[in-house]
Amino acid sequence: MAFISEQEYQNLQHRHRKARVFQRCCAAVTWASVFLLAVLLYQVCADGLGWLDWQFFNSFPSRFPDRAGIKSALVGTLWMIALVAVFSIPVGISSALYLEEFAGKGKFAKFVELNISNLSGVPSIVYGILGLAIFVRYFALERSLISGALTMSLLILPTIIIAGREAIRGVPMSIRYAALSLGATRWQTTWAHVLPASFPGIMTGVILALSRAIGETAPLILIGAMTFVAFLPQGPMDSFTALPIQIYNWVSRPQPEFHELAAAGIIVLLVVLLLMNATAIYIRSRTERRLK
Amino acid sequence: MEQLSPIEFPVGKGSNTSIHKAGMRWGEFVIKIWLQVCALISLVTTAAVVVLLLVESVKFFKVVSPLEFFFGTRWVPLLEPSSFGVLPLLWGTMLITIGAAVIALPMGLACAIYLSEYASDKIRAWVKPTLELLAGIPTIVYGYFALTFVTPLLKTFIPNIQVFNALSGAIVVGIMILPMIATLSDNALRSVPISLRQAAYALGATSYEVTTKVVVPAGLSGVMASYLLAISRAIGETMAVTIASGQTPNLSLSMLESIQTMTAYIVQISLGDTPAGSVGYQTLFAVATMLFLITLVLNIISQWILSRFREVYD
Repeated sequence: MAFISEQEYQNLQHRHRKARVFQRCCAAVTWASVFLLAVLLYQVCADGLGWLDWQFFNSFPSRFPDRAGIKSALVGTLWMIALVAVFSIPVGISSALYLEEFAGKGKFAKFVELNISNLSGVPSIVYGILGLAIFVRYFALERSLISGALTMSLLILPTIIIAGREAIRGVPMSIRYAALSLGATRWQTTWAHVLPASFPGIMTGVILALSRAIGETAPLILIGAMTFVAFLPQGPMDSFTALPIQIYNWVSRPQPEFHELAAAGIIVLLVVLLLMNATAIYIRSRTERRLK
Repeated sequence: MEQLSPIEFPVGKGSNTSIHKAGMRWGEFVIKIWLQVCALISLVTTAAVVVLLLVESVKFFKVVSPLEFFFGTRWVPLLEPSSFGVLPLLWGTMLITIGAAVIALPMGLACAIYLSEYASDKIRAWVKPTLELLAGIPTIVYGYFALTFVTPLLKTFIPNIQVFNALSGAIVVGIMILPMIATLSDNALRSVPISLRQAAYALGATSYEVTTKVVVPAGLSGVMASYLLAISRAIGETMAVTIASGQTPNLSLSMLESIQTMTAYIVQISLGDTPAGSVGYQTLFAVATMLFLITLVLNIISQWILSRFREVYD
């Protein structure tokens, strides 16, 4: 006994078949993207793992592939992380605190907010031009670590501020009310209660922003991080090279040996980034547990 | 904060003391100023970018006529006879962006649909962080991937492809912006209330119909915003296209030839020894101004779509 006609049944079959095909297509595309990541990592490891040895870490760049290493690049990158952290973390967190706790909801706050979200969309290479014109030339800081670090700090500030604001917004109002009703001032409330409660969230954002700064290449090329540096920087005013710059230098040479060196450099860069991301995830999961 | 009015408050026996609003706390005043100054840094940054690009571009346009810049078809800024038509650079950027968009827009949306509509929580918990990892890989790595993997792979299918070509650049930029589209659109689709889906299923719709006729239209503002952000990122993308697609300003339609994008040109100039103050050096700012304006407009449209067309559900 049929409730529906043969034609309607066919139609229904067709619609369900279409749905199944659609679902499989979506799944296939997703797994293809994940597969691409695997291919990318495999390719880099296959090319570069053979070059990773003590000599690679402990040598300066060289014209001869088997004598070349990333010592100066790695040290330069570590300097950069430290300096960028010193500049961007206090300024970023302060901005976020101001915007969330003090600025209110007026026109000024709206304007600053709009401005920050637009800044976060500016291409990194434009920041490089800004750094070149302002820090390298106008303030005559030359092509030094400090020019690079200031440029990178400006680049990641919007990211830190946006992440920081989100973390601060997650602190329940009741905590603020409790502190204020006991007679604490705005700042005492912020410093003693809001900041500690939102700190893990802020740090997660900071670490992710810093890992972006480590991988950025274009702004450093613009401010002129030297690509051949056979010494270690002794202070923030010294010229320097960094991991991505060194990788770019090796990639842009025609010889395949240098490409493999670049792959080895990429492995080091990715390991550094992975460690930072893992730290961020660890902090996040720990606080989630605590809040539950 | 509201002004606190002095409260009459008897302290001790027969005392007339009243508690007034606490005096100015200078420490807190200084802290507040510091916080405000920090928030102003972002405004100053924007102002600096705008003023710098404007001033230097004006200098450039005093030497080169805007007519030649915007409509010229030859970009030979450093050799004599020089020619400053920016169209080849703009075209290079467009080729990469269109190619990347053709790959990433449908694939990114498909990923987002799979993640929000079909994947189990367990799969989602693995795939989404993996995609985020893919988004966090530095662009220089994608450049390496293009040069050492994608181009040789393409060469086996298309033997006459050049070592540096637009296609390989477009592919890796597409791979690069895909996770961004996937995660942002996934957020948008997930914010569509479950009741809408249940209503559609109750009427007998299949999962395909629910997704394409209910969920995606309802989350369309978020999807569109993610598209525009991704396109703006593809336009500003530098290292991958510099490495993969070469340094030849080219108005050709073919994606198999070497091209030069606006960003790749900026890299080329800053690696060379063009003296500061020369016309060649000022082209840097003229090109950067175009880049800045294009990405800014896209970002503003994307924010406008988000605020204007967002469907709000209770």
